[in-house]
Amino acid sequence: MAVKDYIRERFFPHLWCPGCGHGIVMGAMIRAIEKLGIQKSDIVVVSGIGCSSRICGYLDFHTLHTLHGRALAFATGLKLSRPELTLLVPMGDGDAFAIGGNHLIHAARRNIDLTAIIMNNNIYGMTGGQSSPSTGYGDLATTAPYGNIDPSFDPVNLVLGAGASFVARTTTYHVTSMINILEKAITHKGFSVVEVLSQCPTYYGRKNRLATAVDMMNFYKNRTTPIGSKDKEKNPDLIERGIFIQEERPEYCAEYAKLIEKARSQ
Amino acid sequence: MKNNVLFLQGNEACVEGALYAGLDFFAGYPITPSTEIAELLSYRLPATGRKFIQMEDELSSMCAIVGASLTGKKVMTATSGPGFSLKQEAIGFAVMTETPCVIVNIQRGGPSTGLPTSGSQGDVMQARWGTHGEHAIIVLTASNNQDVFAMTVEAFNLSETFRTPVVLLFDEVVAHTREKLTMPEPGEINVVDRLHTSVPKGTDYHPYLPREDGRLPMSDFGGVHRYNVTGLAHDMWGFPSTNPTIVYDLMRHLVDKIQGHTKEITRIKEFFVEDAECLLISYGASARTALHVVENRRERGEKLGLLELQTLWPFPADVVKKRCASIDCVVVVEMNMGQILHEVKRVIHDGDKVFLANKIDGTFIAPTDILDILRIIQGKGA
Repeated sequence: MAVKDYIRERFFPHLWCPGCGHGIVMGAMIRAIEKLGIQKSDIVVVSGIGCSSRICGYLDFHTLHTLHGRALAFATGLKLSRPELTLLVPMGDGDAFAIGGNHLIHAARRNIDLTAIIMNNNIYGMTGGQSSPSTGYGDLATTAPYGNIDPSFDPVNLVLGAGASFVARTTTYHVTSMINILEKAITHKGFSVVEVLSQCPTYYGRKNRLATAVDMMNFYKNRTTPIGSKDKEKNPDLIERGIFIQEERPEYCAEYAKLIEKARSQ
Repeated sequence: MKNNVLFLQGNEACVEGALYAGLDFFAGYPITPSTEIAELLSYRLPATGRKFIQMEDELSSMCAIVGASLTGKKVMTATSGPGFSLKQEAIGFAVMTETPCVIVNIQRGGPSTGLPTSGSQGDVMQARWGTHGEHAIIVLTASNNQDVFAMTVEAFNLSETFRTPVVLLFDEVVAHTREKLTMPEPGEINVVDRLHTSVPKGTDYHPYLPREDGRLPMSDFGGVHRYNVTGLAHDMWGFPSTNPTIVYDLMRHLVDKIQGHTKEITRIKEFFVEDAECLLISYGASARTALHVVENRRERGEKLGLLELQTLWPFPADVVKKRCASIDCVVVVEMNMGQILHEVKRVIHDGDKVFLANKIDGTFIAPTDILDILRIIQGKGA
C-alpha cells in the first residue's frame, strides 16, 4: 500500500511547524508497518500530549490521544485486554521522561509488548519552548533564560536499568536505519523503546544556534555515530545510535496467560 | 436457593456485584480502606480468564481501565480519598471520550491523608466536581451489603447505557461492616451490555454522532472501524475541533445525556414517608443510623420518615422537592459538614426548615447525634 493509504487525509494539513522532525518519524512508522504487512485494524496507536502525540489523529489505525505522560498507562490496559493487537506509543521527551517517567520505567519493568517511540527534541514544543529533562546543560529555553542547569536524563540507560528488552536510538537524518529499527522494535516481543532525535527548529534550534532544520539534521549527522564505532573512542562526546539491547525475556501478556492457566487449575 | 446467603464485608459485596455485572478488567493500587476489593479481584478474575493488574499508581490504574474499556471490556478501579484525588484527570478523560467505566471510592476521613481507617462522607462534591471543566457524572451510593451489590450492578448498567464514568461512593463503615448478602440468581437483576454499532465494515462510522435518542453505539478498538479518541474537544469523527458550534453541541450533549435522564438514573428508598411530618434525608452508612432512629421513633408514634438517596448525582431534585413539600422539618444526616444539605436547601426553597445532623470526627454517626437535633427542632432543648 502507498503511504497515503495509512493516513487520514481528511485531517490534513497537519499542525507541525515547517522543518519539524515529527513528520519524518510518522513516515518511517508507516513504512515500517507496510514492510511488516500488519493489517491497519490490528494496530492501535496510543499517544499522550504534545507535538509528537498529535501523530495519532493523522494515522488510519485505531488511535487514542490521551493525557500528558499517561499514554503507556492507557496502552498497558488496552494491550492486556487485547494482547493480539500491535501497540505503538509515540511520545515526546517531556511526555516520556518528565510527567510520564513513572509509567515508562514500569512498562519497561513489566516488559509488556508495546513499542514506545520517543521523539526527543530536547524541548517542550507545544507550549512554546520550555526546558525538558533532555535539554542539555547550558541550553536556552523559555524557562531557562540564563541557561539550563538541570542535568539531563540518559534515556537509553534509564530504560535499560528499568528492564526494557529492546532499546535503540536513531535520528531523523538516518531514515533508512530508523525504518529498519522500528521494524525490529515492533516485531520484538516485549517492551521496546526507540529514541528518535527529532528536530524542533522553531523552539529549540532558534535559541541554541541551530536556526534551521538543515542545521539540526547536520548536527544529527555529524554528532552521532554507530554504537561501538572507532569515532566514539576518539570523541567520547558523540551520541551513539543503533540497537543497544535486543533480548528475549518473559513478556507480560504471555506471563499473564500462564497465570490464568494456573488460577484456573486451582 | 441454598448456599446463596453469604456473610461478608461491603468491599466483598462490591466485588460480587461487579462480577455479577460482568466485570472483565480491573486495575488498581493499594489504599486503605478499599484494598480488599483489589485483593479479592486479583484472586477471582484470573480464575475465570479475566484480567487484574496492579498498576504503578492511582492515575495509571484509571488510565488502564479506560484503555481496556475501549476494547469492549467492562472495567472498574477502586480507591479511597487521596487516590480518588489522583484519578480525577483521567476521570475527566473518560467523561470527554464517553468511555464506560466504574470507579469505586471508599470514602475515608480527609482532607489529605486524614483518617485512613475511619468513615466519612466528605467526597460528595469531589465526586461531582473533582475533575476540571463543566461536565456531568453519575454517582451512586448504598448503606448495606445487599444495596452495595445492587448499586454496583447498576453502576455498570448506567455506565454502559450513558457511556460515562460512574462513581460508586461508598464509605469505610459500609465497606468494612460484615453482614448478610443474599446472592441474586443469574438473571434476577438486569445486566446491561454495551451497545455496539450496526454500521458495517467499509461504511463511514461516526463514533461521536449521537443517535436520535442521544445514545452513541460503540465500536471496539481492534474491530473493523478505526477512529480517533481524544480528550480534546472533538467532532463526530473524534477529531480535534475548536469550531464553536461543534464545541457547543459536544458540551450540551455531555451534560444533557445525564442531567436530562435524572428520573431514569434516580435510585431512592423511602421509609415511612407517606404520613411523615418530619423527614430525614440520608445516604450511605449514615442512612443506617437514620433508619434506626426512624423505626425507633415510629414505635413511639412520632411521624418520622426517611428518604435514603442512592443516586447522589445527578441530584434527584424533583423527588426531594416533592417529598419535602408538605413536611414540617427536614433533617439531612451525613458525615460531612453539609454537602447534601446544600443541595436539599437549594431545591426546596425553604431553607429555614432544613437542619443538619452530622459527624466529622472520624467516629460513626450515632442515633443521639440525630436525636439531639430533633429535640432542638421540637423545642425540647439539647
